[in-house]
Order: sequence, then C-alpha cells, then structure tokens
Amino acid sequence: MTLLFGLITQLLHVALMLAAGPVLIGAIRLLKARLLGRTGPHVLQPWRDLLRLFRKQPVLAENASWLFRAAPAAAFAAILAAAALVPTFALGMAGGPVADLLVIAGLLTLSRCILALAAMDIGTAFGGIGASREMTFSAFAEPALLLVIFTLALLAGTTNLDVIADALRGGTYGLRVSLGLALIAAVAIGIAENGRIPVDNPATHLELTMVHEAMVLEYSGRHLALIEWGVGLKLLVWMSLITTIFLPFGAAPAGASPLLWLAGLAAWAAKVGVLAAALATFETVIAKMRVFRVPEFLGIALLLGLLAAVFLFVSQGLA
Amino acid sequence: MAAMTLPGLALGGFALFVAALLLVGAAAVARPRFAALGALPLCAAGALLALAYLIGGAHPAAIAVPIGPPGVAMTLAIDGLSGFFLLLLLLAGAAASATALDDHQGEYAATAPFFPVFLGAMALTLLAADAFALVIGFELMSLASFALVLTHHRDEAVRTAALLYIGMAAIGAACLIPALALIAQAAPDLRFATLRAHPPEGWRAVAVLALVLVGAGSKAGLAPLHVWLPPAHSAAPGHVSALMSGAMTKVALYVLIRVLFDLCGPAQPMWWGLPLVLLGAAGAVLGGLRANMEGDIKAVLACSTVENIGLIAIGLGLALAARAVDLGQLAALAMAGALLHAMAHGMFKPLLFLCAGATQHGAGTRRLDRLGGLIHRMPVTTACVLVGGACLAGLPPSSGFAGEWTLFQAVLGAPRIGGIFLQTVISVTALLMALAVALAAAATVRLIGVAFLGRPRSPRAAAAVEAGLPARAGMIGLAAVSGLIGLFPGAVLALAGPAQHLLVGAAMEGRAGGLVIAPQADAPGYAAPAIAALLGLCGVLVAMAVRRYALANGAAGHRRGPAWDGGFGAAPAWLPFGDPLTQYGGASFAQPLRRSLGTTLLAARESVFMPEPGDTRPARLEVALHDPADTHLFQPAARARDALSGLADRMQFLTIRRTLSLMFIALVLFLAVVAAMEQM
Repeated sequence: MTLLFGLITQLLHVALMLAAGPVLIGAIRLLKARLLGRTGPHVLQPWRDLLRLFRKQPVLAENASWLFRAAPAAAFAAILAAAALVPTFALGMAGGPVADLLVIAGLLTLSRCILALAAMDIGTAFGGIGASREMTFSAFAEPALLLVIFTLALLAGTTNLDVIADALRGGTYGLRVSLGLALIAAVAIGIAENGRIPVDNPATHLELTMVHEAMVLEYSGRHLALIEWGVGLKLLVWMSLITTIFLPFGAAPAGASPLLWLAGLAAWAAKVGVLAAALATFETVIAKMRVFRVPEFLGIALLLGLLAAVFLFVSQGLA
Repeated sequence: MAAMTLPGLALGGFALFVAALLLVGAAAVARPRFAALGALPLCAAGALLALAYLIGGAHPAAIAVPIGPPGVAMTLAIDGLSGFFLLLLLLAGAAASATALDDHQGEYAATAPFFPVFLGAMALTLLAADAFALVIGFELMSLASFALVLTHHRDEAVRTAALLYIGMAAIGAACLIPALALIAQAAPDLRFATLRAHPPEGWRAVAVLALVLVGAGSKAGLAPLHVWLPPAHSAAPGHVSALMSGAMTKVALYVLIRVLFDLCGPAQPMWWGLPLVLLGAAGAVLGGLRANMEGDIKAVLACSTVENIGLIAIGLGLALAARAVDLGQLAALAMAGALLHAMAHGMFKPLLFLCAGATQHGAGTRRLDRLGGLIHRMPVTTACVLVGGACLAGLPPSSGFAGEWTLFQAVLGAPRIGGIFLQTVISVTALLMALAVALAAAATVRLIGVAFLGRPRSPRAAAAVEAGLPARAGMIGLAAVSGLIGLFPGAVLALAGPAQHLLVGAAMEGRAGGLVIAPQADAPGYAAPAIAALLGLCGVLVAMAVRRYALANGAAGHRRGPAWDGGFGAAPAWLPFGDPLTQYGGASFAQPLRRSLGTTLLAARESVFMPEPGDTRPARLEVALHDPADTHLFQPAARARDALSGLADRMQFLTIRRTLSLMFIALVLFLAVVAAMEQM
C-alpha cells in the first residue's frame, strides 16, 4: 500500500512540477508588473509562449554540432530528474530513498554544465561570456550549498532529503540559529543559481548584462521552449527545496491518505506563493549588481553556511 | 601446497609479468614496436588476473625471489591492497599500450624500451614486500618515466620539465629511503612482515610521517610538492602522461598508504591524519583553480590531477584519524571514498590524457588558443572527452561523482571524531572540497568548450583528423570502464573490501551493494543505477514527447542559418571561421575566476598595454600567475641553494695553508664523530 501510494504521489508530483513551473514564472512576472504599476501579462502567458515555441521549427547556426541540438533535452531531463526527487505535497514518494541532497545538487550542476557547453558550441562572444560567468558563479554557490547540506546532515545524520524533511517536520530540532543561518544562505544561493536579481536579470534585453540569457541566445523554437521550461522548473525545485527543509509544516507524511495530500498541496501552494511574492518584491526594490560583486554576495552565503555548521558544533558541544 | 592456490598462482603470474615486461623492454631496444605490442597483451592478461585475484577473496601470498642485495632474497607479496592498485595500473596500462601502438612516424621509438620498463617498475613497487624491493621499484619507476618524459628531448621546454621532474624525484628518494630506514631501525631485516611487528614510535614515527609525506607525496602530486606535474605531464607523449597521471600518482599513494597505514601500525595518534587532510584540501583548491588558468590541455589535466589527489588525500587523512580513535565504520567509509576515487581517477584521467594526445596528433597542438571546433572533425575523441569530462567535473552518474559523493559522506561523518577545533577544520575542509569540485567543473567546461566546441582558431585545427584505430580503442575502453564504475561503484568497493580490512579493519559490508552505496548500514544512500535510469527515462520521455508534438504541428527537423550572435552579422569571406577575436578563448573564459580568486590565491596580475591613438601597435593584455608553492617554497629553496653553492665555490680559491687546515679540521671532526658513535 505504501509502495502504491509512493508511486502515485511520485507521478502526481512530477506532473504537478511540470505544470506549475511556467505558472510560477507567470505569477512572478505578474506580481512584478503590478508592483511597478503595470497591468502585466496573464499568469498563463509563459505556458502560451511555451506552446507557441514548441510549434516552431528551430533555426540552428551553421556550425552547430549534435551537442547543441541534444543539450536542451539533456539539460531539461537533468532538472526534471532533480524535480522528481524534491518533495512538494507529500513525503515518502517512490523516489524518496534515492533523493540524496548531494545528488540533487549534482543533477542541477549537470544541467548547468550541459547548457554552458552548448553555449560555447557556436563560438559566439555572448555564449562564451554567459558560460564563463555562469560557471564562476557556481564555483562560489556550490561550496555554500554544500555547507548548508553539511549543517542539515549534522542535524539529521543523513543527506537524504526525505529523511531530513521528515525529521524537520516532526519538529525534533526546534528553532535553531544554525537553521536560520542556513536558510539565509540557501536563499542567497537559490537567487544566484536561478539567475534572479541581483545576480542576473531574467528579463534583460541588454546582452552585456546577461548571464543565463546570453548562454541561450542562439536557441530558438522547441529547443528554446525546453530551456525556458527548465528555467521555470528549476526555480520551482529551489522553492520546493527551501519550503521542504525550512518550512516543513503541512506536507503529508509517508503513506498518508489522499485527503492529506490535498491539504499538503494547499500548504505547498501557499508556501511557494509566499516565496514567489517575496521574490517579486525583492526584485522590484533592488538593483542588479556588477558581475564582479557577485562573488562577494555569494561569499556572504558561504560565510553564513560556515557559521551555521560551527554554531551547531558549539551548541552540541555545550549541550 | 600453499603456492598452488589462486593467490600463489596470481603472485607467480605477476612476478613473471614484471620479468616479461622488463624483457619486452630489452627487446624493444632492437625493435621499438615491440614495446607497445608486448605490453598490451601482458597488461590485458594481468588486469584479468588481478580481477580474478580480487574476486577470489584476495588472500595474501608471498614468495622470495633470489635477487637482491648480497645474501638477502627479495620478497614479493600480494594482498588486497596491492591487488586493487595492480588492477588500476594494468587497466590504465592496457589502454596506454593500445594508444602507443598508434605511433606516428616512429616518434616514440627513441624511448620505446622505457615504456614496458616503466610499467614493470610500477608493478614491482606494488608487489614489493620488503623495503629494498620497494625502493628499487620506486626508483626504477622514476628513472623510466624520466626517460619517457624526454621523448621529445629536442624541445627546450621538455628538457627543462624533465630536469625539474628528476630533481623532484631525487628529493622524493632522499626522503623515502630514510623513512624506510627509520622504520627498519628496530627490525632485524627489511621484510614488511618483520617491519610490521616493529612499528616506529615517538619522534621516529613523526619523522617517518614527515619523510613519507615528502617522499611519496612529491611523486603523487600532493601540495605543495606538485609543481613538477604540469610541465612534466605536458612534456611527455600522451600515453606516457596518461600513465604518469593515472597510474604513477596512484602507485605513490599506494606507497603512502602502505607505509602510513600498514607498516606504521594502528597505534599512531589521531593528529596523524591532519597533515594529509590539510595538504589535501590546499592542493585540491590550488589544483582546481590552476586548472582554470592553464593554456595547454595537458597542463589543465595535470592541475586537475593535483586537485583529485588532494581529494583522495583528504579521504586518507580522515581514515587515519578515524582509525586512531576506533571509529572503524567511519574509517572504512573514508578509506572507501579514497580508494573508489583513486580507481575512478585512475581510469578517467588516462582517458583524458589519451584524448589530449589524440588532439596533439590530430590537430597539431595542445594549446587552447589554437584549437576549437574539434567535435566536427574528431567525433569519437570528443565523445570520449565528454565522458571523461563528466567524471572530471563530478557530475552524476559518472565515476567521479560516485567517488566524490563517498568522500563527502566521510567528511560529513568526520565531526564525530570529536573536538571543536577538529570539527571547525572539517567544516572548512568540506567548504574547500566543494570549492575544488566546483572549480573542476568550471575547468572542464572551459577545456571542452574552448578546445572541442566552437569555431576553429587555427587552420590546423580546422583540418584536424580523428585518432587512429588503436588510440580510439584505448579511449573507448577507458570510457567504458569509467562508465561502469560510475554505474556500479558498489562493485568497485567490493573489490576494495580486502584492502580495507587490511588497513582499517572494516569494509563497507552492508553499506555497498550492487545498487546503493550508503554511509551507514540500512540507511538511504547514493543509488547510481537508479539515478542513471531516472535521468535516462526523463531524457527519452522528454525527447519523444517534444518530437511527437513537433511532428503533429509540422515543425519537425530544423533549419540552418547564420549564427544570430546578438545581430553581429556574418564575418567577411576572408575569415572562413568567423572573426577569431569575437570568440571566447581560454584566457577570457578564466577572467572572472582569475579576478575573484586568482588575485589572492595565485597572485594573478593583469596589465593592459593600450597604445596611443594613431599608434599602430596592437593593445595587449598580459596576465601573470604565480603558484604559491613556487613563490614561497621553491624560489627561497633555490636562493638558499645558490647561496650555499656560492660558499662552496669560495673553497676553490683558498690558499694551500687554509685548505690544509680545513682538511685537518674535517679529519678531527670525523674522528670525533667515530669516537662518539663508539661510545653509543
């Protein structure tokens, strides 16, 4: 029974992630437009764009190789695999036992590396600049992310997300300074990894200020659609990750009845909605920073992650 | 009849194998092609034998060989540890020999005899069961590889690199031999079995630790003695640098493990692990960062070897520390990470070096700023580079990820060793490891993106030719083995089990199965096959769905057009591959990292020369980098050497009176020392 429930929740979860990714992007765009006093596009506009792009034949540069053609699907598959492992409305999904935090981080890195390679494939300046900056940012974001994982693993004794989420949901550890510091670090890393303001501007039209958009400048048609969908999915993965770990209440426990799934779904939607609203507000009030300031921004996340781990040692040593 | 059992047979086989390789080396003096032709079947058969020995339980066996110093027989032995490293060596050796068959106009002929000797010497080091045989094997390995580095000796840079290399090998020998002598001081003979019974204690143990870290660490590429790797690996031919980087550094690690874990016994203090952890972390970050800065494919790969050796050293250090405080499970996990990553690196790094060699032959250069677009002309090599690159960058589900995952788990468990100081050190180590891994990913993207993707940067690269059949076979073989290790890391850990029992008294029983490797028994872990299946399923489903939707809407296939490039416009006809200046190169890709990390860690300085308006000279951007090990260790050492030789030089110009008095003083001192020794 648990296995069956696990399978059903897993499938429902993947479908939910796939459907909700572009909606999340639409919601953030709408909120930002409203905050700026514009009417803004419909929430489903990203979905309409995606479907339109999927119907278009892509135009490849003359010297594009097979890697360039395969990259969008491969990068999307890596993000989707990570999305399948991050719980949303219910714990104890079929993929739970393999949902290792290091693996999830690795899958997201895999998608980033694939896109960075594809960006270099045409040999344009923009592709190179985007790939170079993206890999630089990740060189600072990943150590910070590992320190957050380190802190969580010290608390829960494992790097398995399902177990960590269940333990934190049970409230075993209460409120901890370490968790607060780790939350701030995780938010900063999430902003950088998803290319949001102040690290990167997802809506920019000036090539020199772009990072992610510069990487995918040569893509069109269904290839671009997959990449755009992947961007939405990745943001949703990060938001779900943060809610699962730091705001764990509401999710249905393993083997719970479908009624609790609905409650979990509502809780998850509310939490992601709050995060989306916070992100939209933050992006409206803050300006994008210079590229060479980003390492400092991520350096703070790094320091907070380190502090979180050390605080934990100190508190455990005193206890 | 113990000699007739499988371990005995295996040991006899390997002893014959070493002898056969030395014979092949002798035969290759007359016919250079014999070197690779003979080494290939020997290595392939040896690898199978090593695999059979490990699967068969890896029971130890020893034989005495009537060769050696007067009156003493040399002892050879095999156990789980040497079997594991023999497997690594011989797999890499088989692939390297296959590639060496692809000899372009006999350019390897001059040093061909040294190739099988190099392989045989490494095998002898692994089989050695007394200090004498170990030193013979280790030094023969150094000398043979020194000769192989000199293959292209007409090149000035090659001679400089070889000189640096042999200098470092001499320093290594000058530390390793005293270390073994210190261990043997209390023992009646030099056999490992005897040495084990008399482990060093007190100051002697500390001296052994320091000497072995320098002696074996310098050969393994442990920071700060890693400076020889980038020049020497760049100077050697592809198949030789493949072996030097993939196998020789591992043989050096084997010596480190053999002495520190096995011969020094388990009764050493906990802090013994700390130097390895700290040096490893420093080397990992330094290597990862330098890999982003180098302009030669092989130098990039060599720097990443420094990074990976650093990661393995962290695992070894944690295993030593955990063993000292009786955390057997944690020690086993750390050791498992170190051995798994050693095996993974021992496969994917030779693969990448073979690809670099193929690039050298196919495109005429290894310099990043002269390559580009090789994916169109060298598809097989590029595919192999992508497999190796995934391992290098530590991306799931590659073998590199499996090794790094296990090492991370050991670091995550290490705070249990205790003490707030150690816990803080471990947190910083975790940070530095993650930084090193992320830097390696950036270096991989830079290496592949600049050299193999994009537009050609020189006519020679535009006309590159694919590697020959033997080289391709070698690369594909290593890529396949790397893939298998990535998918089934538990199988490698099972093969490492006997070695772990020998070293830390526990293995990964119940924690490393065919499907999952886990830090604790009955806990969730890393399920490589499941992750690979999930990725593959997602990829296939996405590709199929997108394709069907495109077909249904009449948008299948694709069109070709000029690159959009932000509206830059097509290049003029005299630039068939576009304007080379508009493409990102190795130096430009590295710029953000050079500015953010390089200025502090590598003392990177950029200077821009901008000519006045009307001046026709081009603007130039000069970048200077300094490895801290070079600035703070080797240059002061070189200055001290010069000062000393200056002092010694003065003795040539002394008057006869002073020379005689100097000799008299020396004689008196010598007699005093002899007298003092008599008293003791």
